[in-house]
Amino acid sequence: MSLNEFLDLLSAVCLVLGGFLSVAAGVGLVRFPDALSRLHAATKPQILGLIFVLAAIALESRSWSTILVLVPILVFQMLTAPISAHMVGRAAYRGGNFRSELLVVDELEEASDEVSRETGA
Amino acid sequence: MITDVLYVVMAALFSFLALYRVVRGPSILDRMIASDVLLTTTMLVVGAEMVLNGHTSNVPIMLALAVVAIFATVAVARFVSQQDEKAGDAA
Repeated sequence: MSLNEFLDLLSAVCLVLGGFLSVAAGVGLVRFPDALSRLHAATKPQILGLIFVLAAIALESRSWSTILVLVPILVFQMLTAPISAHMVGRAAYRGGNFRSELLVVDELEEASDEVSRETGA
Repeated sequence: MITDVLYVVMAALFSFLALYRVVRGPSILDRMIASDVLLTTTMLVVGAEMVLNGHTSNVPIMLALAVVAIFATVAVARFVSQQDEKAGDAA
């Protein structure tokens, strides 16, 4: 097997792994019970799936100029995905959009209880 | 060839699953999470199409999607929490 064939095979494997992560996210979105756990499923293709697909593109094209454009895609996604996940999780918690009987520990509730005691509210 | 078929089947499957949650999702946040996943998977499909057909002309589309993907989610999440705070003040 020549090097080119090996790299093609490697990029196909990366592609299928990325697709598998996306399917896992879809299944998680449908099967998980509340917004917070769905948020957990949703983040799988956002970073790792994207890394796999970008690696597949890099292995396929094998040129430095392509890789130079692929890196900012990953950087932007890594910068923005935690922000949007944080905002959605905050809105879900404040809106009571989760099932508290499914939580193992709820440290935020203890902290907000403490704050409301201190302010005398 | 088999990678093409496998990937098309996978893409149809995960797009359908995310779309199902957009339609059914009990709250607006569930819909927003699902549409965020749909946008991310669109990005992955655009990238996969480049690998399968052996060109690199879709890279700017992926870059633009990566940059603007945050706006919809943040706008809706802000809107939802502001609504909740107003409701709390009124109560």
